[in-house]
Amino acid sequence: MAVSLRESVQLVSDPRNLDASVEEVFRLMLGVNCWRVPGPVVLEQESMTAVVGFGGLLSGACVFKSGSSTAIKIAAHMTGMEFSEVDDTVKDGIGELCNMLAGSWKGRVPDLAANCGLSVPAVITGRDYHLHVQAPEFKLDHTYRFDDASFAVTIICDGLQ
Amino acid sequence: MREIRTLIVDDSSVMRKIVERSLRQAGLDTLVVYEAGNGAEGLDLLKSKPVDLILSDINMPAMDGLEFLRQIRAQKLAPGVPVVMITTESSEEHVKQAILAGARGYIRKPFTAEQVKERVLPLVNAA
Repeated sequence: MAVSLRESVQLVSDPRNLDASVEEVFRLMLGVNCWRVPGPVVLEQESMTAVVGFGGLLSGACVFKSGSSTAIKIAAHMTGMEFSEVDDTVKDGIGELCNMLAGSWKGRVPDLAANCGLSVPAVITGRDYHLHVQAPEFKLDHTYRFDDASFAVTIICDGLQ
Repeated sequence: MREIRTLIVDDSSVMRKIVERSLRQAGLDTLVVYEAGNGAEGLDLLKSKPVDLILSDINMPAMDGLEFLRQIRAQKLAPGVPVVMITTESSEEHVKQAILAGARGYIRKPFTAEQVKERVLPLVNAA
């Protein structure tokens, strides 16, 4: 029997799945607690965005965005290393973090886990840019905090079969 | 105490470091670690370096982890060496494919050092 996610869109788009995924990844891989906060993330001038695409029964993307200093903190927690600037290791770490967020999120719905693949991460750095997605099927856009840092995680679904 | 020669295959250098750290935290402090960024690099390495343990991601460019596993068997590389997948792919189908391709263990990312210890140490100790 062909699998369809359209009838389980409420389950797929449940915001609690995203919160649980973020909490799990940060707790297990960084050893820090994080929690969802209201409002958009306040970014420094220099920011970093990582994107992992979804393909299959669900098409879309998982997007992680933070300021540069938060990205450095995250990479330091993941690796146990110290960083004075955003270098290739920091970018790699943020890309891998986004990969784990995407995988953890899609793993919470069994039909999604089995019928949706992940792209390799892409990492963008710079200033004053905005991500625009045209008419998504649904979008989850959450802001989180850990220690004194904040970041945003967005799940964009632009197609659901 | 014997050295455990370990190949870690993942397109993320950060994840390779995290996996190595987890192995050492699990008690494998006599590790000799080789790293590869994808399955094709992993195969090249196996042609020249004997190893005791292989840990591999699944989603990688150039050659993914499942094809890497199939090629290890097809090319008769590292006979008898346990391969453990460490990956974000968590579905039963992915686990089944990995086991069918020859994996002896499966760890889902994100993971703890304790989970690495539980999955890997028995395989290393049995060798």
